[in-house]
Amino acid sequence: MQHGKYRFIAGFLALPLAVYAIFVISPFVQAFQIAMTDWSGLKGAAKYIGFDNYDKLVHSDEFWNALKHNVIMLVLVPVVTLALGLFFAFMLNVGGRSRRGAVVTGVRGSKFYKFVFFFPQVISITIISVIWFNIYNPDPSDGMLNSLLGAVGLDSLQSAWLGEKSIALACIMLVMIWANVGFYVVLFSAAMASIPRDIYEAALLDGAGRAHTFFRITLPLLWDTVQTGWVYMGIIAMDAFALVQIMSVNMGGPDGATDVVPLRLYQTAFRDSQFGYASAMGIAMLIVTLLFAVLTMRFARRERIEF
Amino acid sequence: MTTEAGAVPAKETAAAERRGGRERWRRRPEGAVLNVFSHGILIVWALMVGLPLIWVLWSSFKSSGDILGSPWSLPRSFHFENWAHAWERANIGRYFGNTIIVVGCSVIGTMVLGSMAGYVLARFSFPGNRFIYYLFVAGMSFPVFMLVIPLFFVLRDFPGVTLLATYPGLILVYIAFSLPFTVFFMTAFFRTLPTSVAEAAMIDGASHTRTFFQVMLPMAKPGLISIGIFNFLGQWNQYLLPMVLNQNEHHYVLTQGLAQIALQQGYDGDWGGLMAGMVIAMLPVLVVYFLFQRQVQAGLTAGALK
Repeated sequence: MQHGKYRFIAGFLALPLAVYAIFVISPFVQAFQIAMTDWSGLKGAAKYIGFDNYDKLVHSDEFWNALKHNVIMLVLVPVVTLALGLFFAFMLNVGGRSRRGAVVTGVRGSKFYKFVFFFPQVISITIISVIWFNIYNPDPSDGMLNSLLGAVGLDSLQSAWLGEKSIALACIMLVMIWANVGFYVVLFSAAMASIPRDIYEAALLDGAGRAHTFFRITLPLLWDTVQTGWVYMGIIAMDAFALVQIMSVNMGGPDGATDVVPLRLYQTAFRDSQFGYASAMGIAMLIVTLLFAVLTMRFARRERIEF
Repeated sequence: MTTEAGAVPAKETAAAERRGGRERWRRRPEGAVLNVFSHGILIVWALMVGLPLIWVLWSSFKSSGDILGSPWSLPRSFHFENWAHAWERANIGRYFGNTIIVVGCSVIGTMVLGSMAGYVLARFSFPGNRFIYYLFVAGMSFPVFMLVIPLFFVLRDFPGVTLLATYPGLILVYIAFSLPFTVFFMTAFFRTLPTSVAEAAMIDGASHTRTFFQVMLPMAKPGLISIGIFNFLGQWNQYLLPMVLNQNEHHYVLTQGLAQIALQQGYDGDWGGLMAGMVIAMLPVLVVYFLFQRQVQAGLTAGALK
């Protein structure tokens, strides 16, 4: 029996472990090795150069420029996305006019709203990029946004959007927020549904308004979920590769205004064949991501409330 | 007159009593204002999300000149040839086929391997169990960009056969990258299932393997559906991995093909074809989303909920 058990365990684990080890674990380990070389991709032509790649990275203005944009995204995108997500979820679940004898209800049609809001989550980032490329089209009559502004008489607000250095990055961030709010609406709705109704009813009897209910009851009880969502959104903000690659002017332009580290890494590796240097960028990304996750967990930690 | 005047308040109190405490919301003036306000904002956001998507659909019937020149107009006549052009000339048909092959195989592979590993890790104690579990779970935190460079060479220099830009290569990579979350999810799921049924099957003489496939897997169906949808959507929409690992145009998947067509629009200007191609690429996920809305939402958010 025991013998059969171990044979069964080994048999069931062998294949998944092998696939995972070859295609995930081994590249992970190799990334650290490659980052220590000046490899250009030729077999056996890698030379060990120690920490030179990291040194080059620290002194590269291009890299800092790209990293700066990722950090701006890392700070702004999660805040706005989660705030909107919480707001909509609260409206959908608790903000409704009461009916059917229930004290706390969602607005009418909350299922429909959730269905629509969640939509961008299921479609490919390529398609989202192409759609927004057309929305941001700088031509006053071709662009969806510009022609809409023109039609309502707001010609003065028309802009080159992605072609305008000062707002190009904000335009990219807006798309990330647009695409991800629905995820958090659904996530927070599910979490809110697990908050017992009688807590709300008690607060209501004590005369709490909606703002009070939100900040004193909903938010503290959802804090765990908010924290996890924050980390998720931060990881998405560290990416932005497809959006920038497909939408931005000259890939990362105008004049480097929308450049991000993943795009730098991709170009360095697969256009310039500097695989060692690009690997060092990858490790820098790992460090920033882990730092972000640790800081979030560290500073957002609160007393956990059981209910 | 007097009787009526007396009856009205009585009726009102009765109604208020019947409706119980819920009148409290409405009695506050902020309630009504907020309600209009909240509906207003919700509708604005719904339009912001919904309109661009509907726009793609209706643009796929317009001529390329109209898509550019008057982006908001409805189609003047239906240009069904956009769809044919997209399918044949722009190769969307081939990309579609490639995507079906790759995603079909990798979703099945992920489910089989992921639930096998998850089952063993959830139900059997053996030395190294925790280590293997955390090895899988750690994979969720690796940035894909960091892995993609070495991975390119793992596929290129694979002993015996190059896996770069081939179906099997892409399928294996998709499976490997989906395993961390799948194993994490399925381990948690198998832990929630009762042990008694499996024990009964073993007493009746079923082997471990048979118990797994004929007893445990059918019991795990709800979990399998959630994680299956999660993997299907993730792999169907995958962009970076095929971009790097699948640079042979004959093996392009839909996301790559669309990105290429989009980047070429400066020269070609076949916007109608591009819009039709995007609709074709969206159709399968739309069908899944319409049919399994609840499971899709539950599946995609499963990882972030405690």
